[in-house]
Amino acid sequence: MDAVVEFLKPHLLPLLWAVVIVAVLPLVAGYIVLLERKVMADIQARLGPMRVGPHGLLQPIADALKLLLKEDIIPANADKWIFWIAPLISVTAAMLALSAMPFGPVFQIADLNVGLLFIVAVSSLGIFGIVLGGWSSNSHYALLGALRSAAQVVSYEVAVGMALVSGLLLAGTLSMRKMVEAQAEQGVWFAFLVPVGFFIYLVAGIAELNRAPFDLPEAESELVAGYMTEYSGFRWALYFLGEYTAMIVVSGIGTTLFLGGWLRPFPNVAAFDFLDYLPAVLFLALTGYCFYRAPKQPVPIQKAVMGLFGVLCLGITAALGWAVTLPAEAVARAGILGAFWFLAKVFLFLYSFMWFRFTFPRYRFDQLMRLGWHFLIPVSLVNVMGVGAALVLHRQAGWPLWQGLVLGTVVTLAVAAWLILVRQRRPVAAPSAGGEV
Amino acid sequence: MPEHYIPIFIFAALAAAFPAVTLIIFKYIRPEMRAVGAKLEPYECGIPPEGDARGRYSVRFYIVAILFVIFDVEVIFLFPWAVQYGVLGLYGLVTMFVFLGILLIGYVWLYRSGALEWIYE
Repeated sequence: MDAVVEFLKPHLLPLLWAVVIVAVLPLVAGYIVLLERKVMADIQARLGPMRVGPHGLLQPIADALKLLLKEDIIPANADKWIFWIAPLISVTAAMLALSAMPFGPVFQIADLNVGLLFIVAVSSLGIFGIVLGGWSSNSHYALLGALRSAAQVVSYEVAVGMALVSGLLLAGTLSMRKMVEAQAEQGVWFAFLVPVGFFIYLVAGIAELNRAPFDLPEAESELVAGYMTEYSGFRWALYFLGEYTAMIVVSGIGTTLFLGGWLRPFPNVAAFDFLDYLPAVLFLALTGYCFYRAPKQPVPIQKAVMGLFGVLCLGITAALGWAVTLPAEAVARAGILGAFWFLAKVFLFLYSFMWFRFTFPRYRFDQLMRLGWHFLIPVSLVNVMGVGAALVLHRQAGWPLWQGLVLGTVVTLAVAAWLILVRQRRPVAAPSAGGEV
Repeated sequence: MPEHYIPIFIFAALAAAFPAVTLIIFKYIRPEMRAVGAKLEPYECGIPPEGDARGRYSVRFYIVAILFVIFDVEVIFLFPWAVQYGVLGLYGLVTMFVFLGILLIGYVWLYRSGALEWIYE
């Protein structure tokens, strides 16, 4: 026993964080679903969930309970073992990718020197869950959804990798922590230095997540629910958990590499120090709103729940306020404020994913593959070359960095425009009626 | 730095155990139901399913998979290059331009031969 304790002692904080992630993530994913439904309702001028709890705040918990207690059907012709294990692969792979993700300078399970490579490698294992699930269901819809998903993820993986390389060239490291430190040192988020790389990452990232407008694998109008068609109850919920965790992972990578990770806006400018108070003020306003709305709820229990959420917000306000009062070099201050900014940026990503979903119509599958192979891959290739050339001009010929990068971006955009023009001049065959998948 | 991976292994065990344990526990908690008949058949919008699902499917999925291997290996080559780029300097740029140039030639050939088209004309 002592040997085990001795063995684990240096890893106490990371392990605590690991337990917190595993315990809290399902809840967070549930609330992201609620957020998505609320955003959808807002965009479509509705109210969204309002019945379960005040403003639908208890809806995720009710949904989780319902799904846990639902009948669990395994189709008669299904491959039982693979059917059983496929959603687990999906969830585990997505969760494991969070292990190298820096949720602020303190909250990180492990800062690997190959962090980004590890995350990309592990998170792309999630596709096994989808393919195996679709194959083992022994249903036409599920199999087609899985095949589509595999082809799509595989195609956009290349563009994602290439977009990440354009950021890596500037960071010069694969460690997630050093990436953020590099951005603090250079005083600029890499999204502003390689805007094309960031844009390609955003588009290809959405495609990798199988999310609208690229949600062909689960296109309701064509494939019912795609690879999840035969899944019910909690297994279905596991796929959803995996999907929303993967959304957090993709947002987290984008935040770390392109949006400055846990850094607040303008981290090196003293004039913007007031931004450190912003988190506490925001949550104080939220607390006030909760307490203001609590007596206006129709049912006593909803009043109580709203009050409870107010108390929760008050607790977060207290933590954030306490962090600001600490001296600048305190670890707790950096950790808590860093976690706030990291999560704020992640939610910015998540919100834009939702925004895109309810704004753009769904692609056709051949259009999707064309966008990937004919446009994003060559453009990202040229982008990497442009950034590389700009860095050599900066380091060896003494050019200012921004000049080289602007030149590289202009060349990349010119190539992109040329690709679009070439495509438009060619007559595109109409999709034939039969046999398209 | 292998000791960095110890928390990751434990986290992996936790992450894998959580869904599996929940699945098993709730199997005993929820009301037991035995699905019979049509409920156990694959869903085909109400029509009786036609044959086995695992038939032949489009060859284009295989082509995409093969192309992916080529391009993804090349992206993996780019990762260490990008990390060491500050050290390699001009030499790194030239070698990578040659490497990417060869790849680009291959890409143009693929494009022209129509391997990247999802719909053949």
